[in-house]
Amino acid sequence: MAIALPGQRAARRGGLRRLARRKSTVAFLLALPLILLIASLVVYPALFSLHLATLNKSMEHFVGLGNFEFLFKRELFWMVVKQSCIFAITAVIFKAFTGFVLAHFVHNIPTKKQRKWRGMLLIPWVIPPAMSTLAWFWLFDPSYSAFNWILRAVHIGDVNWLGEPNWARASVILVNVWYGAPFFLIMYLAALKSVPEQLYEAAAIDGANWWQKIWYVTLPMMRNIISITVLFSLIVTFANFDIVRILTAGGPIDQTHIFATWAFKLGIEGNDIPLGASVSLFMFPILGVAAWFILRDISQRGNEA
Amino acid sequence: MSAAAVAARPAKRSRSISKDRKKAMYWSYFFLILFVVFFLTPPFYMLVMSLKTSGEIAEAKFPWWVFHPTLENYRSLLTSENFQNFFINSALVSAATVVVTMLISVPAAFSLSRMKFWGSATLATGVFLTYLIPETLLFIPLFKIFSWVTEVTGIELINHWWVLILIYPTLTVPFCTWIMIGYFASIPKELDEAALIDGAGWLQVLLRIFIPVALPGIIAATIFAFTVSWADFLYPIVFTTSADQLVLPAGIVTTLIKGDVFEWGRIMTAALLGALPPLLIYAFLMDYYIAGLTAGATKG
Repeated sequence: MAIALPGQRAARRGGLRRLARRKSTVAFLLALPLILLIASLVVYPALFSLHLATLNKSMEHFVGLGNFEFLFKRELFWMVVKQSCIFAITAVIFKAFTGFVLAHFVHNIPTKKQRKWRGMLLIPWVIPPAMSTLAWFWLFDPSYSAFNWILRAVHIGDVNWLGEPNWARASVILVNVWYGAPFFLIMYLAALKSVPEQLYEAAAIDGANWWQKIWYVTLPMMRNIISITVLFSLIVTFANFDIVRILTAGGPIDQTHIFATWAFKLGIEGNDIPLGASVSLFMFPILGVAAWFILRDISQRGNEA
Repeated sequence: MSAAAVAARPAKRSRSISKDRKKAMYWSYFFLILFVVFFLTPPFYMLVMSLKTSGEIAEAKFPWWVFHPTLENYRSLLTSENFQNFFINSALVSAATVVVTMLISVPAAFSLSRMKFWGSATLATGVFLTYLIPETLLFIPLFKIFSWVTEVTGIELINHWWVLILIYPTLTVPFCTWIMIGYFASIPKELDEAALIDGAGWLQVLLRIFIPVALPGIIAATIFAFTVSWADFLYPIVFTTSADQLVLPAGIVTTLIKGDVFEWGRIMTAALLGALPPLLIYAFLMDYYIAGLTAGATKG
């Protein structure tokens, strides 16, 4: 038996090596469709848009940074930059705040009833945004419909919701908050439930009031989930298309355009594909920042483990 | 005596805590009701409008309620050939996208979470990063690439509903792969090691063990893929234009809105019917839906 052992071990080692060799091949083949899809329909188009942005309108000549020079000289471009930032940052702040507060409200009621309330509050997120924005469009309609009817009933004059630039900007943000807040609610509710109850009890014994409990217990415990949801939502909101497109189509007089809707207008409707590509490239910086944060987070976790 | 005082104090405190809790609970209900009203206003309004006649909408006496309900809008939409087309196109595109997505992401997630190969860790991170690349960055180059392919090969990739089946996986696969990696990673290693020692191959491990065990994750990913492909609006309006090729969201927005105010009963009906499939899935599979939603971020 003692003689047989080394041979057995060698055989097993050889088998393992063969297994490992086969294993990595099988693994690669299983992941191959994913690699092909991402390479051909995500990475390649993303790089191709860098190339597109350096061409002229008919896409025959190389113009270098000509498209960007042209953009930088237009006042409308800077308006779009400003509007994209205002839109994304304001909407995300309101969404995160609403979600945070709502999560506390849901958390405060008896566990049995939470399911029902959570179910109702998530509905805005479930309806396809293109569909619900149509409802908002009609709610905002100045003469036939609902919001102005209420305003008239309480003797405040009509508001031209989508016709006046600042009201239109507020309206698109409102619809975006309505659509996105439930997502934050669900995330923050899940996070709240994972905070150990003992921490609050300890804080209560130390005489902490509700504000101190939130500041010193809840927020530090939820730091990770808050930063990841805010980052996520910032990207998605920055890149939003449906809501602005359907609600205002960038109007009145282009005052509510954000990068995506303006890029669509220039590139697809205006047939100037390189210029549209140049505009959409301005979404890259925010992506870069997000990627940097996420990669840092992943490597940190790797170090901790 | 001092013992009694000590005993009494916590009792008093706990009573005041429970009173505080009650108060917090009532205020919570109060605000929750306000928010539910705010959140459900648009869907409620859709429903009310969908039951109105054009005449009642034009009158605009009281927009928040319907006094002479009619199903005429539903009847005319459900018998309209255009709308039937949109619905069928949407259903086919979404179903096919779900199948393609699962066929790509489940094996890939299995490979990335269990069977390491050269570069697999980088790829897993890469998958997450591609999930962050928004469609609004990709639609212009994709449009250009597709029209170029059409020119060169003669395969018409523009203005056909099935083209969306090629494009939608870019929206669904990264996220589905990511959450499946999470689900697969939570399966204990002993399970597949035992199977491998018993002589099972890797594919058998995937089909006989991982897929059944991670079924909740697969359902969550399927729901995600379906709702995303059902709801997408940008790609359809970029890649399809003629009425018989449109899917629901694009179809409703581009063909029904013609500036005629009194079409709005029909538009709201169409929007409501278009929102129905995701709402039904949500109503029946809420827990899976929410599990999918939270899995993405907590594992990120």
